[in-house]
Amino acid sequence: MNWKIWSLKKSPWVFHVNTGACNNCDIEVVNCLTPKFDVERFGVTLVGSPRHADALLVTGVVTAQAAPRLIQAYQQAPKPCVVFSIGACACGTGIFHKGYHVVGPVDKIIREIDPNAIIAYVPGCPPKPEAMISGIVKTLNAL
Amino acid sequence: MKKKFKLPILATGPVHPLQEEMEFFQLYVDGETVVDIDVRLSYNHRGIEKISESLQFDQVPFLVSRICGICSASHPLAYVQAVEEIAGIIPPERALYVRTIINELERIHSHILWVGLAGHFIGYETVFMWAWKYREPVLDMLEKITGNRNNYGNVKIGGCREDLPEGIEEEIYPILDQIEKKMDMLTKAVLDDPILHARLKGVGVLKKEDAVNYAVTGPTARASGIPIDVRRDDPYAAYDLVDWNVCVQEEGDVFAKVVVRLLEVFEAIKIIRQALAKLPKGPITTEVKEIPPGEAIGRAEAPRGETFHYVRSEGGNTPARHKARAPSYVNVPSFKASCIGEKISDVLITLAAVDPCYSCTERLGVVAPRSGKVIYDFDMLLQLSREKTTRIRKGL
Repeated sequence: MNWKIWSLKKSPWVFHVNTGACNNCDIEVVNCLTPKFDVERFGVTLVGSPRHADALLVTGVVTAQAAPRLIQAYQQAPKPCVVFSIGACACGTGIFHKGYHVVGPVDKIIREIDPNAIIAYVPGCPPKPEAMISGIVKTLNAL
Repeated sequence: MKKKFKLPILATGPVHPLQEEMEFFQLYVDGETVVDIDVRLSYNHRGIEKISESLQFDQVPFLVSRICGICSASHPLAYVQAVEEIAGIIPPERALYVRTIINELERIHSHILWVGLAGHFIGYETVFMWAWKYREPVLDMLEKITGNRNNYGNVKIGGCREDLPEGIEEEIYPILDQIEKKMDMLTKAVLDDPILHARLKGVGVLKKEDAVNYAVTGPTARASGIPIDVRRDDPYAAYDLVDWNVCVQEEGDVFAKVVVRLLEVFEAIKIIRQALAKLPKGPITTEVKEIPPGEAIGRAEAPRGETFHYVRSEGGNTPARHKARAPSYVNVPSFKASCIGEKISDVLITLAAVDPCYSCTERLGVVAPRSGKVIYDFDMLLQLSREKTTRIRKGL
């Protein structure tokens, strides 16, 4: 196993990017860190800069104005970096697919700059914290 | 104006770890004092009003509940009230009570969420963890009633989609008692804490005349001594059938906003108890035949203030025009009055104090190419804010 992957799996640090979400997935992401779910027990912690992150938690449909910022955040994150598309909007634009200011789901934007990016999908509106934890565990086991 | 641009600019955003959404503040600073502020938004603009015109009347509540995930009961309610006014539909009484219960549960979870975040902003993690822990039973209860922790999707034109489950009263009462006890403890702890007094009292004061001039709504207005509340002034659902009070504070600072929100949690618990006790038997929905041409407005008191929806129908299946005005839309400009003259480390909590919800607010999309400006990290502000708390704690 690549030592980079090994160290990533041990304690994944996550950075949260909102690219046009309705706050719903965001508060569920924060919920994962608070006493009831408390993923910090497993070494998953929220960090303040994409440069420190092993994984990006991207919530929300990507709007035209947020897309360059998402690309910037992804480029700043050290590789290998796992991108979690959290919520129906991030996975496939969801209810906003007709929006004129919407450029696409997260994977489309990320694949444009890095075709080999590792992208995981956690669907739901919003996904429950249990679903997010399960998604993270499954992804890390699959690496 | 020329002088303003010679001042150093402290830029925060657009991606930063604390406030969940993307937003961009430019603070013009003179030393450590903020002399002007610019807010750049529209990162979250999704064009909901335009999408709404392509959906059928009964599909729109699902869309508007996704304007903001935290106000996801108030927005559909305001929209549905507007459509019901066009069509002259009167929903059954039981539906009104169910709507009231869901809206108040939402208010409890939103206010506790904000109190926790406020603690997080000033580096007081204990308040953050406590508040979010006590919020969980409310979400569990919402899940039991509507099937989802957020985005309830329970309101529809002519009534409600789902009735309260059988025997839910026996489960709700003990949970309300538990929340009341815990919130009582948290409220007393917050109101007696000398560090919170030192950090929040007299900070970010929004004077009464400024509050009137900026037309702020909700807890932001009530903390500045303006007793407005749509639930009382223009009663909807079952709010005129239960007994409750409008919580008002005079000071206008951040501490007053904390107090107003904490007191409103107790009022919400009171309303839910009464609504459950008075809950009439009967159907929860009426039949809707067609939406005639016409226009109407619907108002609802979201946790952050007044939510306003305007709907125009031309007799078809879809709204011809649908406008939504969220409370943050009027609350965010009040930063101009409350932040100027504050220290940088106090601006952070002042910005958070109106409980801004940018996904509600975005009205316009401006796609700018990436500028070459250096953007400072939001961590810097966070660090300053936390250092101040540490300093105060040491001084006590």
